[in-house]
Amino acid sequence: MPIKQISVFVENKAGRLADITAVLEKAGIDIRALSVADTTNYGILRLIVSDPDRAENALKEAGMTVSITSVLGIGIPDVPGGFSKAIRVLSDEGISVEYAYAFITPRVGMAYVIIRVEDNEKAAQVLSDKGIALIDQDEIF
Amino acid sequence: MYFQKEIETMPRRELEELQLKRLKWTVDYCYNNSPFYHERLSKAGVTADKIRCLSDIQYIPVTTKADLRDHYPFGMLAQPMKNIVRIHASSGTTGKPTVVAYTRNDLELWSDCVARLAVAAGATDEDIVQISFGYGMFTGALGLHYGLEKIGASVVPNSSGNTEKALMFMRDFGTTALVATPSYALYMSEMAKELEYPMSDYHLRLGLFGSEGCTPEMRTQIEKGWGLFATDNYGMSELIGPGVSGECRERCGLHFNEDYFLPEIVDPETCEPLEKGEQGELLVTTLCKEGMPLLRYRTRDITYLDDSPCKCGRTGVRMGKVIGRSDDMLKIRGVNVFPSEIESVFVGMEEIGPHYQLVVRREGFADTLEVRVELIDGGLLERYGELEQLQRKIEHKLRSVLGIQCKVSLVEPKTLQRFEGKANRILDLRSKS
Repeated sequence: MPIKQISVFVENKAGRLADITAVLEKAGIDIRALSVADTTNYGILRLIVSDPDRAENALKEAGMTVSITSVLGIGIPDVPGGFSKAIRVLSDEGISVEYAYAFITPRVGMAYVIIRVEDNEKAAQVLSDKGIALIDQDEIF
Repeated sequence: MYFQKEIETMPRRELEELQLKRLKWTVDYCYNNSPFYHERLSKAGVTADKIRCLSDIQYIPVTTKADLRDHYPFGMLAQPMKNIVRIHASSGTTGKPTVVAYTRNDLELWSDCVARLAVAAGATDEDIVQISFGYGMFTGALGLHYGLEKIGASVVPNSSGNTEKALMFMRDFGTTALVATPSYALYMSEMAKELEYPMSDYHLRLGLFGSEGCTPEMRTQIEKGWGLFATDNYGMSELIGPGVSGECRERCGLHFNEDYFLPEIVDPETCEPLEKGEQGELLVTTLCKEGMPLLRYRTRDITYLDDSPCKCGRTGVRMGKVIGRSDDMLKIRGVNVFPSEIESVFVGMEEIGPHYQLVVRREGFADTLEVRVELIDGGLLERYGELEQLQRKIEHKLRSVLGIQCKVSLVEPKTLQRFEGKANRILDLRSKS
């Protein structure tokens, strides 16, 4: 059930983000969510896209340093405390979240959060035991 | 086995006496026969009787490649053309070619030099030697050719190119030794493996390589590919061609033919002599050449000399592997830095590409060195920590090789410019601030 996330190495230079998204546009790939964090010289761009394998190929062909990793996507009610509940479930089990980013969806009343943890299987088990819905790739698009 | 045992194993004191005698002769000869050196030596006030010991050589002005180019084609000759029997030229990849001319004695001396190094490497009159250097203006092929004929080996002047045919001769003739550049020898072995003939059809046992540098990894690869023993050889067309120095079976440095070539190591910036064993630029003075003698020729190659006894019995001083060219040298906080040393750190690191750029800046009163490398391993994109760890790992390795702290920057693949030469990899911003 994990979701494939694309990571791209980006230098902190004007126009680089535009270059990357242009590659995806040309390949007809839809971006659902993205997150970018940076240091002084470079950043890592993380993307959830409609066709991760094709996106990876297109970016590699354009000469970029890319990787695909598995992350978890959880669906939570779009109400105050929705995310708090989900995250507590993980922390109660001693599972730490390395990074997370959220986005809303076409489905009314739901928000999605992408989380990156050490052990996807364990985290997925813990979450579903507590009735927190995990989403898969198709569901997002 | 020696080719000229008396000279090759001459006690160092005797050898140095011989060198002094010949140095005085050369200075005198240059003064009297070469208009170029007549002027140089007169200006510097150096005559043969001012040279009382070998270290007095430091009073003689150095000769550079630019001098040779400025006097193209025949301005450096010390003999009239009627006494010149051969003319070669360098490839001239970095400008006008440099010309070198030989008298009959020079050719004799040259083939002796090559013969000694070939025997030191283990070649005998039983060997069938295929020469895969390009014949022509380049000194490599003909230099080896006459030297190997001199020891009685059967020489196959195959030249370079048409590798498939070269391999056919190797199988059919039972060729036992190969003369080539290391990269061509490697290419040939890869091609041999692709052909339908088993490797047992080849009988190479010895490789005399030269004309370009060779990393230990590459040498091992060639030796394994062919099942041969390889030696490295050094020379340059300006001095004579191949035959200046070469490895013996011990392979612990390249023995100089010191009775014909006098080596010195100097500081590349000041041309001041360095202490014994120190690393610096190699200068060479020819001691017997007639056609085109050279005094203190700046080879631009950075190496060191070792005159400790060698197990092979030869007393000729040994030069270490050439670690770089003085043209590429950077001086950072007083430390000499060569791009080749930086390159050696990157070899075998899969996280980054082979291309790099060096940026030197002056911040306050201190120089800083930034090394830019291309990140190619997508596997490190999970955590920033892994990228930072990679940077620290490279910085640490560079520090241990260069002796100075530098900053490593990761850049995107294919963003650093690709160059043929090395010089352009350096961005020195110090003069601009």
